[in-house]
Amino acid sequence: MSTRKKIMRTALALTVGTMMISPALVLSMDAADAPETVSIDVMSKLYGPVEFNHEMHVDYASCQECHHHTTGDIVKDPNCARCHHNHDENDVVSCSECHVADRFNEDYLKTLEDPKLYHIDKPGLKGAYHLNCIGCHEITSGPTGCVECHAMTEAGEKMFNTGQFAPAKGTSSSGH
Amino acid sequence: MKINKKINRRSFLKGGLATTAAAAVLKNNDSQAAGNFEGYPDGMGVLVDLTRCVGCRSCEAACNKEQNLPEPAKPFDDFSVYDELHHGQKRRTDETAYTIVNRYDVPELDHPLFKKFQCNHCNEPACLTSCFVNAYTKTPEGAVIYNSKVCVGCRTCMIACPFYVPTFKYSKAFTPKIMKCIFCYDTRLKDGKAPACVEACPQEALTFGRRTDCIEMGRQRIRQTPGKYVDHIYGEHEVGGTAWMYLSSVPFDKVGLDTHVPNEPILNSVKEFLAIVPMILTIWPGLFIGFHLLATRKDKMMEMEKEKELAKQKENDEKEEQV
Repeated sequence: MSTRKKIMRTALALTVGTMMISPALVLSMDAADAPETVSIDVMSKLYGPVEFNHEMHVDYASCQECHHHTTGDIVKDPNCARCHHNHDENDVVSCSECHVADRFNEDYLKTLEDPKLYHIDKPGLKGAYHLNCIGCHEITSGPTGCVECHAMTEAGEKMFNTGQFAPAKGTSSSGH
Repeated sequence: MKINKKINRRSFLKGGLATTAAAAVLKNNDSQAAGNFEGYPDGMGVLVDLTRCVGCRSCEAACNKEQNLPEPAKPFDDFSVYDELHHGQKRRTDETAYTIVNRYDVPELDHPLFKKFQCNHCNEPACLTSCFVNAYTKTPEGAVIYNSKVCVGCRTCMIACPFYVPTFKYSKAFTPKIMKCIFCYDTRLKDGKAPACVEACPQEALTFGRRTDCIEMGRQRIRQTPGKYVDHIYGEHEVGGTAWMYLSSVPFDKVGLDTHVPNEPILNSVKEFLAIVPMILTIWPGLFIGFHLLATRKDKMMEMEKEKELAKQKENDEKEEQV
């Protein structure tokens, strides 16, 4: 027997062994594996990045409330359970893995025309964050104002005509 | 030979009658097909989900910058605008704002609802059909755009629009211009990009896609979350269908959407009348002049005869005098 084959066999035995010993560990991820904080900065332009305290949020919500079926937990939403009732853990569980940042891109919209596609209404990354965060914060009395989670940048102030770009009082008005 | 001739005439008349009837029927079908234009098949649309909107006014800010509209009176993060009333009405679109978000306090809900409003980009726009200089165009991408170069400033479109969207630039006296949302056609839509407001919305309360896909999405949301939505997509059928459509958790009249608009294009309510207009303008003058001439012919003839008689009498008188 060659050394190569030996290594392969050992590896296989080890993998099978681990799976038999701790099936739970393989099937579902533990909150302890997650990072303490996540800096959400991929889209920060008008607002600065969000320093998301993952560790603190674990006390408020179960994994699947944000990660859906990807962490290997049983999903509660009956619409998801139809297909993902017994779903294994995904390799990557970050939001951007499934929710695209450029949601209304022409090419992405083309992919939605597939008649076999079920997820025709999956929110983009920005939508997914805000819908899930604000949706839960309203119930749990968490912060819901824009600047309570992320500070407005200079570009944001320009866009919203606020802060240093605020309109001078009485210069223009819409009378209709 | 005689018999043959008779039959020929009869069959000729029969044939003629049948053709006339067929023509009438066919013509009728044609006009109906014209009234049922369901929009360009690949036209884009936006689904506005009122249950998602949090009233942040990002769409208003984005529109203002994209369309180079004048500086607002208040910052876009100032929410006191929701309490403003202009002549007893909530805020509306005007020459400085193509889109407006308004707050609606619905008694049966413990939280207010917010509704973004702008041009709905009808499949068969009333503004377009009412414009006699063709200043409006419905593009295959779904936008209703406007050409200020040919506009004469008659403002008929403002009256024709069932949603009171087009507004007039009163501040410029000699360059008539109608101000309304153009679906960011020039800067985005024609290149396949979503309008600025959609891109700015943090809640994805605005979902951009093919109009047909937006309807599919709306139906899926209604089906998958029973009890959350009113089972209707406002704009799917209203005024013959609009590119911008709305989903709501309360009846649409409670969030300022007119539920009395017909399900067919506004044009259909005036089409029959409008078809008569050119007929009246071209046929009536000749017809009535003819009637007038016929009616006064007798009088003229009598006058002429009288004149003749008078002339004769004169001649006779003159002859008698000579004698």
